[in-house]
Amino acid sequence: MARAVTTQRKTINTTVAWGIGLLIFFPILWTILTSFKTEAQAINDPPLFLFFDWTLENYTVVQERSDYMRFLWNSVIIAGGSTLLGIIIAVPAAWSMAFVPSRRTKDILLWMLSTKMLPAVGVLYPIYLMFIQLGLLDTRIGLTLVLMLINLPIIVWMLYTYFKEIPGEILEAARMDGATLREEILYVLTPMAVPGIASTVLLNIILAWNEAFWTLNLTAAKAAPLTAFIASYSSPEGLFYAKLSAASTMAIAPILIMGWFSQKQLVRGLTFGAVK
Amino acid sequence: MIMRKTFGLAAGVLLATTVLAGAETLTIATVNNGDMIRMQKLTDDFTAKTGHEVEWVTLEENVLRQRVTQDIAAKGGQFDIMTIGMYETPIWAKQDWLVSLDDLPAEYDIDDILPAMRGGLSVDGTLYAAPFYGESSMIMYRTDLMEKAGLEMPDAPTWDFVADAARKMTDKAGETYGVCLRGKAGWGENMAFLTTVANSFGARWFDENWKPQFDSPQWKEAITFYLDLMNDAGPPGASTNGFNENLSLFQQGKCGMWIDATVAASFVTNPKDSTVADKVGFALAPDTGKGKRANWLWAWALAIPAGTQKEAAAKEFIQWATSKEYIELVALKEGWANVPPGARTSLYENPNYKDIPFAKMTLDSINAADPNNPTVEPVPYVGIQFVAIPEFQGIGTAAGQEFSAMLAGQQSAEEALAKAQALTAEEMEAAGY
Repeated sequence: MARAVTTQRKTINTTVAWGIGLLIFFPILWTILTSFKTEAQAINDPPLFLFFDWTLENYTVVQERSDYMRFLWNSVIIAGGSTLLGIIIAVPAAWSMAFVPSRRTKDILLWMLSTKMLPAVGVLYPIYLMFIQLGLLDTRIGLTLVLMLINLPIIVWMLYTYFKEIPGEILEAARMDGATLREEILYVLTPMAVPGIASTVLLNIILAWNEAFWTLNLTAAKAAPLTAFIASYSSPEGLFYAKLSAASTMAIAPILIMGWFSQKQLVRGLTFGAVK
Repeated sequence: MIMRKTFGLAAGVLLATTVLAGAETLTIATVNNGDMIRMQKLTDDFTAKTGHEVEWVTLEENVLRQRVTQDIAAKGGQFDIMTIGMYETPIWAKQDWLVSLDDLPAEYDIDDILPAMRGGLSVDGTLYAAPFYGESSMIMYRTDLMEKAGLEMPDAPTWDFVADAARKMTDKAGETYGVCLRGKAGWGENMAFLTTVANSFGARWFDENWKPQFDSPQWKEAITFYLDLMNDAGPPGASTNGFNENLSLFQQGKCGMWIDATVAASFVTNPKDSTVADKVGFALAPDTGKGKRANWLWAWALAIPAGTQKEAAAKEFIQWATSKEYIELVALKEGWANVPPGARTSLYENPNYKDIPFAKMTLDSINAADPNNPTVEPVPYVGIQFVAIPEFQGIGTAAGQEFSAMLAGQQSAEEALAKAQALTAEEMEAAGY
């Protein structure tokens, strides 16, 4: 028998869900609102919510001062490239861990995750020196590699969890029919794991897009992505909140729009295998 | 006809290659402030004159400091010119990390640089960073509130006068506070200010044997004075107020007085952002009659990291950006109120600049500061609101946290001083002093 849900309960649930949703979204909303204020209005006490003189001045100033498209292009290449590279490496790795585990697979998985427990700054200097030696400082390829490496444990783990949900018998049947390993992964496993792979890709693009430690430390002028673009608008002397908000809004807009349109995929992937 | 065209084209290409031969692309790391942003806008003038292109890397001050330190120490070579301050210059120059700027041509007129600035950016008489703009600190006060309190601000007030005026101007119910001072922890935040207060009370960070002096009666007097004044006449939540927070309070008319960077004068008198733009007066930072005023000295300066492949082009840029002609260029395009202040003597002799209301007080404040002789009693270090040793960033911020906690009411002045003394002594011993 299906559980009866009263209208009253539904209303309460909806209200609470909307409330929490708005609370989480509020900082982003506030950033967007501030980007349309003047610097004086941005620091007004009490804060101004909707009733102020809306202005596009901050966007004009930011456009004049920075080459937004160059930062955006760098972000796209670095986030997209590192995710693509990560997936290419992680799919076979996760396949072997999920379907042909060895005695040490669990240990390897844990060890991979343990690299995420080290604060990034702990390896900043060694990596910086290596980058100098290899001529990778301020290059997109260097950042793509670093971001791929730091996100790789998450990609492998996520794919591993999704692959575990797929019955090994299906792959076995494919092998019986004469599929090679490459064909098995490419034509049998991957299509079945599409929701999982899609959400892994999306999550990693978001992680790489927002990464602000390595992207700030390993770039200067040429490979700087949108995180460096935002950082350039913070100032210790002088008002900057409105312009910083405009820069932030411009930086998060592409990923926000991408997230909005792909939310169905994202939710489907994240809850993949949760209900049996 | 075709021949002529071809010849013309060939000549054009030849000319372009001649100009571009030796044309470099310079990467410059800088901070986000009005003067630097203006310079970025005017870079086309430099490119037109020299053929060199410029790529800017703009960073927040603390991020910039960490990035350039990391790059120069590891010899990363990412930047051809770095914007650094008076704190880094002597430390880095002693490490041989910077190219000396003593061979700039005669027309640059190196002697025109304000003596206090030149002194703070030189080591053993050699200039290592050219000041782009300089600042000191001074009192900015509300003329209307001062008049209402029945007082008249002298040009060179004492701390007693300031404290008395602050208490009289305070109207907590009406959200007007007599004085807004820095409380946010950080060596460049509250400790910059508190160190100048300490200097004016006759205190010092270290004695001549590098022994920390927080246990001295002068420090106790200075810190107690600051705490009492802030409790009586400061805004609520002052322990998290830095430059920007106080700027916003002052601009909204909530502070009677604000003692901070001279550069703030142009912000608080700008009617676009400030509600009190036409009611602001200026005075020298206060003293206690012991011979030192509570004003600091700071410069953002351009320096070339040793080992750059583009030293000649980098020098050309520095020469352009810190020249008298550059100041005139800014004046022409953006007006005299927007030229970078505090770097050159000739600016203050210029009749066009003398009309700017805060020009004289800025110059007087800068001249009243001597980074090589910052305290009443002798000290082994250079720097007014900082001590120019590599350990100071860490020590200054840790001590700043103690004084910020004190202002927040979490501990007494005695406790904060004792903790600052202990942590400084420990760090200095570990550093081998």
